[in-house]
This record gives sequence, structure tokens and C-alpha cells, in this order.
Amino acid sequence: MSESGAPSSATENWLVDDRVVLLDQISVFLENRPGSLAAAAAVLAEAGTNLRALSIAETERFGIARLIADDTEQALATLQQAGFTSRVNKVFGIQVPDRPGGLAHLLQVFDGHVNVEYMYADLKGVGSNSLMIMKLEPVDEAVRLLVQAGLY
Amino acid sequence: MWNDKAQRLPREELRTLQLRRLQDQVARLSDRVEWYRRRLADHGVQADQIATLADLARLPFTGKTDLREVFPFGLSAVPRSELVEVHMSSGSTGKPVVNAYTRADLELWGDLMARTLDMGGVGADDIVQNTFGYGLFTGGFGVHYGAEAIGALVLPISSGNTRRQLDTIVDFGTTTLTATPSYALYLAEYARENGVDPRSLGLKRGFFGAEPWSEPMRSQIEDDWGIEAFDIYGLTEIIGPGVGSECHEHDGLHIQEDHFYPEVVDPDTGLEVPPGETGELVLTTLTRQGTPLLRYRTRDVTYLIDEPCRCGRTSRRIHRLMGRTDDMLIIRGVNIFPQQVEEVLLRAQGTAPHYQLVVDRHGSMDSLEVEVEMTVEAFSDDLGDVLALERRIEDDLRSALGIQAKCVLVNPKTVERAITGKAVRTIDRREVKTHV
Repeated sequence: MSESGAPSSATENWLVDDRVVLLDQISVFLENRPGSLAAAAAVLAEAGTNLRALSIAETERFGIARLIADDTEQALATLQQAGFTSRVNKVFGIQVPDRPGGLAHLLQVFDGHVNVEYMYADLKGVGSNSLMIMKLEPVDEAVRLLVQAGLY
Repeated sequence: MWNDKAQRLPREELRTLQLRRLQDQVARLSDRVEWYRRRLADHGVQADQIATLADLARLPFTGKTDLREVFPFGLSAVPRSELVEVHMSSGSTGKPVVNAYTRADLELWGDLMARTLDMGGVGADDIVQNTFGYGLFTGGFGVHYGAEAIGALVLPISSGNTRRQLDTIVDFGTTTLTATPSYALYLAEYARENGVDPRSLGLKRGFFGAEPWSEPMRSQIEDDWGIEAFDIYGLTEIIGPGVGSECHEHDGLHIQEDHFYPEVVDPDTGLEVPPGETGELVLTTLTRQGTPLLRYRTRDVTYLIDEPCRCGRTSRRIHRLMGRTDDMLIIRGVNIFPQQVEEVLLRAQGTAPHYQLVVDRHGSMDSLEVEVEMTVEAFSDDLGDVLALERRIEDDLRSALGIQAKCVLVNPKTVERAITGKAVRTIDRREVKTHV
């Protein structure tokens, strides 16, 4: 199973940058039946949780909703109380210029060295940039390459 | 070895002894117990027709519902004045089951529990902390009488008050713990939470029973406490604990055959099955007089181990209990018990899981789905991890059950709970039930 804890403090220090941030992502287990995502969304709506980003990964037997909430702690507590198996892990939030080739340029940096396990887009973005939510492995290598590329 | 002669009695002599005791018992029952006199007559059996142990099969079974009919003392083979103690188990429906003991019954009980504790190495120097409840429940007194017979120091602390249980182990230097397996785990956890390493306390061994448990649980208890854990078996109807007990070999439980005659039968047909084949344990009390029973259907599922044990005891053994006939599901001709599933899940998830077996029939094909509540610990943001967990559970289920089962991961508290809060372990959606 993947770890849910925060990366080492060294890693965190590298990421004091306004264009690359570590974000707390909540993953929610969704049973394979109609309405299970709607039920999770309804629970969060009722608790007044605002979602900054959301994606769904699914197999034919179950799904996992991944989301970034304004208030992670409150959202996690709400989901768990409502009976959804949920947990938190760190993901990268990386700003990508909103122009052709912006994303391709970023991905070239990782080429062959870092796996993009999954990614999805933040709903609002930051200014004129898109904010991509990415799970990158290995984390330290991803940080090193981002810095080395001088991108940020 | 405690009561060495009885426990090492050569098989042939044991059979002779059993036959004589059976003949005496049947004669006594037809003589003195009105209910059995009628039951035997209805079956057309007379006491003098018992010529060999095989004739046992001619005798009628006694079931749990029969015991309600004779509540409270209707099976007693002695006058009321000779009964000196009563124990009961709460029936979940109807009247409780009563066991009434004569003085001789109690002495027997003490001897059998002394054999049990002695199998685990308890001696006069040992300090036995008995966390089984004292009262109508058989656990507390059964252990107590056995420890007393051995001359060990008994701490009759009874159940509950975990703080005091822990303090008592520390203060008195308890060497031997008797408990339900789940309480032993809870107590270890409680100790650690309170900064006490259970392994540092010097406990040597524990005797665990009164609820179903499994090999993974045994390993966990042994690791938690740094002890050797022994499985004990008994039931209120027969005498309480002391019916079957594990020796150091941990290869099945020795049935105290000089007093209880074991048979394993097919629960549907009632016909005896050979050693090694799984079925329902049926016990006949050969010497008891307060509440004697012929061919009592225990509803416990196990098989008989005929090979003599390396420990030198000559008795046959039963495999650790595999379930209850009430819980047994027959799927595609294979007997399945929720306990088997529980063991698999315990291994796969590392924690006691909430789960449910759903049996259905599509066309002529039975299907088994195991719904497992997803724990936070086992969950991951990675689809691959969760899929791998599902696949591992399915692989383990197939090798443990011998049939294919589908694992369906569900959110906590999805699995139906009965009104009591106890999980409903099986749902059979097949229209035709394959067993009663």
C-alpha cells in the first residue's frame, strides 16, 4: 500500500515555491453501484466543503475519487463519519502556463525518470496558469528534476 | 502427566472401558430417567442390545431443543438432593440450557480440567489468573476446579475490569492466563496503551476458548504475550470446559474419551463419517449422572483425528473447531464456514475484518460473494494497490475454500448488522436451501 504520511522535511523545503506546492489529497473508496459518487458529493456539499479539484479513477468493480478540498481535515472527517473509507496523501500541485505546449514542456522534464501515476486539473487554476494535480514517483527525483530544469 | 493411567490407557482397554460405561449409562437412563426411557422405547432400543460400541449408532440423538423440553432437571439420573451445583448457558431463544452436577460430576470436572491445565504445564508453583466469568457460566468454575485440583494458586478475578486484570498480572506475577482469545488480545493492547509491554510480564502460557478463534489469532496472542497458547473446548450441555484440550503438540484437541464418547456425523443424514472427514461432533457422556446425555448433537463442526498423538495420550483428537452447523453453507457441494473466510481476511488485511458471505444462484450455478469492508489501513489512492488486495483475497479464498469466490470491497458499516449489532455473516439468496 502506498504511504499516506508527509514526505521528508527536506523534500518540503525544496517545495517552498509558489508555483510548485504539495497538496493534501483525499482519496475516497467508492463502491461499484450507481450513485456512490453522488452520495459522497452530497455529504461534502451538506458539510459546506468546497472542492478545488476532483477526479475519478475506476475499475469495473470499484472506484476511487480523488479530491482536493479547501479544508482537508473537515472534509476527511465528514467523509469518514458518513461511512466512506477515505485517507489523505500528498500530491504535487504544479502550475502550468495556459498555452500550447505548456504541459508537454513540463512532462519532458520527467521523461524516463519519474512516473506520473495520475494527474488531473484544478478547477480554478491560478491566475492565467492551470494548476495540475500530479502524483509523481519517486517524489525526491521529481523534486530534483523540477529544480534542475530551472522551471521554477 | 495428570491422571497418567487414564490418559495413557491402551486403546483396546479404553474401548473396553467405554463399552462397559456406555452399557451402564444406557441401563441407568432407561431405569431412572423417564424422558430417556420413552425416547429409547420410541426408537425400539433396549439397554441390553448394546453389545459393542458400534451399537451406539442405534441410539437416538439428543438435540438442543430436547433439553428445553426437560428443563430444568428432567434428565437427571439421581434424586434432586444429590444435585449440588447448576450451570447454565443463556439460550438465545427460549429457555436456557441447564447442566446440573452431582458431587461426583464436579470431581470429574476438576480432574478433566486438571488434565487440561497440566497439558500446558501448569503445576503447584503456578499462578493462574482466571478471567472467565464466575457464575452460571461454566468457564470460571471449570478452570477454578482444575487449578485447585493441581494445587496451583488461583486468582478468581472473573471477567471485566481490565485495569485490575493488568495490575493483578503485574502484582502477583501471574504465570497462566485463562481467557477468551479476544479478551487476551484486548488485554495485551490495553497493556501497551498503558505503557506496559505484555511480553515483559513473565506470563508463560494461556488457555483460550469459549468462542471461535483461529490459527492467526493464536500466533497473534503468542506474539503479543510471549506465551504458548492452548485451545480448550467444552460446552455447558456436556460439562463445560474440559471436554477437549490441546497438548504441547498443538495438533488437535484430546477428547477425554474415558468420559465422553465422540462421533462425527454428517449433519444432514446423521450417519457417522470416517476420521479425517468433516462433520458435526456428537458426544455421549459415559459417566455423568446429574445431566447425562446420549449422542448429543453439539452443532460444532470438526473432524476426528484417529492417529495416536506424539504426546503419549491415547485419546482420539478433534481438529480445532471449524464452525457451527448452523453457519455452514453448502456451495457447489462444498461445505463452507464463515470462520474460514475470516481467517483469510485476517491474513490479508491484518485486522479483524467485517465481512459477509452472499450466496446466490444463477441458473443452476451457485455463486459466492464475500463482501469485505474496506479498512482505512488497507485502502490506497492507487487503484493498482486496491485491485491487488482484491485479487490476493480471491486467491487466498480459493485455496482455503476450494471454490472460487468473488471479493467485493465495500465501505464500512455497509455489511448488514443484526439488531444486536452482531454482524450477519451469511445471506443465502438461493431459493432452494440445501440444508436445514
